[in-house]
Amino acid sequence: MERHYRIIFAALLSILLTVKIAPAADTIKLGVAGAHSGDLASYGLPTVKAAELAVKEINVRGGVLGRKVELLVEDDACKPEIATNTATKLISQGVPVVLGHICSGATRAAIGLYNDAKIIVMSPSATNPELTQSGLYPNFYRTIASDDAQARLDVDFSINALKLKKLAIIHDKGDYGKGLAEHARKFIEASGKAKLVLYEGVTPGALDYSALVQKIRRAEADGVIFGGYHPEAALIVSQMRKKNMWTFFISDDGVKDETFLKVAGKYAEGVYASGPRDVSKNSLAIAAVEAHRKAYGAEPGAFFLNAYAATMALLNAIEKAGAIDYIKIGRALKTYSVDTPLGKIRFNDKGDAIGVGFSMYQVRKGAFVEVR
Amino acid sequence: MDYFWGLFIGGLTRGSIYALIALGYTMVYGIIELINFAHGEIYMIGAFTALIVSTVLTMTGMTGPAVLILAALVAVIYASAYGFTVEKIAYKPLRQAPRLSPLISAVGMSIFLQNYVLLAQTSDFPPFPNLIPDIPFLERLSPLMAPTEVVILLTTAFIMIILTFLVKFSRMGKAMRATAQDRNMAMLLGVNVNRVISHTFIIGSALAALGGILIASHVGRINFYIGFIAGIKAFTAAVLGGIGSIPGAVLGGLILGWTESFAAGYVSSDYEDVFAFALLIIILIVKPAGILGRERAQKL
Repeated sequence: MERHYRIIFAALLSILLTVKIAPAADTIKLGVAGAHSGDLASYGLPTVKAAELAVKEINVRGGVLGRKVELLVEDDACKPEIATNTATKLISQGVPVVLGHICSGATRAAIGLYNDAKIIVMSPSATNPELTQSGLYPNFYRTIASDDAQARLDVDFSINALKLKKLAIIHDKGDYGKGLAEHARKFIEASGKAKLVLYEGVTPGALDYSALVQKIRRAEADGVIFGGYHPEAALIVSQMRKKNMWTFFISDDGVKDETFLKVAGKYAEGVYASGPRDVSKNSLAIAAVEAHRKAYGAEPGAFFLNAYAATMALLNAIEKAGAIDYIKIGRALKTYSVDTPLGKIRFNDKGDAIGVGFSMYQVRKGAFVEVR
Repeated sequence: MDYFWGLFIGGLTRGSIYALIALGYTMVYGIIELINFAHGEIYMIGAFTALIVSTVLTMTGMTGPAVLILAALVAVIYASAYGFTVEKIAYKPLRQAPRLSPLISAVGMSIFLQNYVLLAQTSDFPPFPNLIPDIPFLERLSPLMAPTEVVILLTTAFIMIILTFLVKFSRMGKAMRATAQDRNMAMLLGVNVNRVISHTFIIGSALAALGGILIASHVGRINFYIGFIAGIKAFTAAVLGGIGSIPGAVLGGLILGWTESFAAGYVSSDYEDVFAFALLIIILIVKPAGILGRERAQKL
């Protein structure tokens, strides 16, 4: 008799369980985690607003899979130790997908928990290269370019588009320039298609760089990748051109600057520089910013468009997957392109968005023109 | 071998600019035993003046070498006026003071001028027009040396020859050498020491301004901060060659230029400055007075 009670009790409990899940199944839960308080709140709150606006828009149009989308917003204050609690809470609430976290450190702390629970996480702002490239977190996606994206673009462009075989890397010994140079070196060595013939740092503000120019010539480099800012770049390019060297010059966002054009003048012509993709003409971006103005009476904050795009990508993938299923959603994210405020995006095998981040520009007739 | 000569010429160009500025340090030191830290700022002001004048002239439609010569003339006069007044304001009142006082005054003047230009002009890197015209027949040399480098080398060589004649054979030069050897004795013999000192500052400033124009049109941009870096290097060159000695300043400038160029070329440009200053230390250990400096040398 005792045993029967147990069975009945268990049955009752399980009925209760299904009954509890049943109404919840009416909505699709989207977890939003990030810094919503503390001194980095300004990085996290725009993401909440983006998710609210994007979800409102989608719910008006009938939701996803015929169900309304519901937001579960949790704060991690950008602290790794809080982020694990945040993740645990969202997991226990049964979210299938999470928009977040905001800071790389917090994301790193939480991502393993989500991975164990088979929950897809998409960050609008965590740029640490390891998050995607280590391959440890197949559940992680992001709609922002990682820290090494510029170096990757510069190297890929040199090797694949310009077909260069011998590359020189020059940097200005600063955090930004040297960081880029280190990544570029790694990518060139990994590619196996081009040889690194010179790797050097220069002293910013030196009188001239003629010795360096001679060195580039002797190394017979057919392309120079420069990590640093425009004052040194302008000087190096001008001195190369004055010495009749027409080696390709490929640089970064620090060089894609009007001052570079003014200082290097005619010698700037033909120089390549990577820079953030221009989204100011994207109609979805314009609409999203307009909706934000209308709802909150202010301009959107940091990572707003990235978060808006991430929300759209996640919900679109659920729709395409046809079910709330970890594997199917993951496959949909990698297969289907979706129009977002950042342009048409889908994700590569590592979880980085293809089509987000940097473009290559070239100086043509005294102005930077997007190359591809 | 081409590589060697490329580095050699790069070092020579750089070194001759160092030498032009170092001359100002060494001449002033020779006469009043003061290290004029504001000297680098005079170089920067010369470059800025040339930029302003050439911009105005280009707007009125002038072109070519005329702009260069006019701009250089105005810049030299203006920078000399600065050198002259700086001496009168900051150093002359302290001539009898302990030696540390004018030194501090010089450092203060340097900081003042730098920040004055920063506020009055710009903190940006304004582009400097290429005033040195492209000479077609020099284009053939371009793998080895840029046409502007040829102009820089010829100009500095010419100026140094003139300076040597001025110091060796003119009346003013004689007075300068006398003052350098013994100021009190020169004064007793009727040399107007104050005027000699003013002349020295004017000549030194003119040389620095010329250096400023040459290097600014070579590199194509200027900044309020360029005087500091060039000043430190030129000062090093002056010490290297033996401060107070005119041939020493030239030699020191060239050696410094070559050291930097070859260190960057054969080792790594990361270590350019390391080698330059290591050389300075070694030479000062072996010869504390510098290469051409002598204990009680003829300082001019």
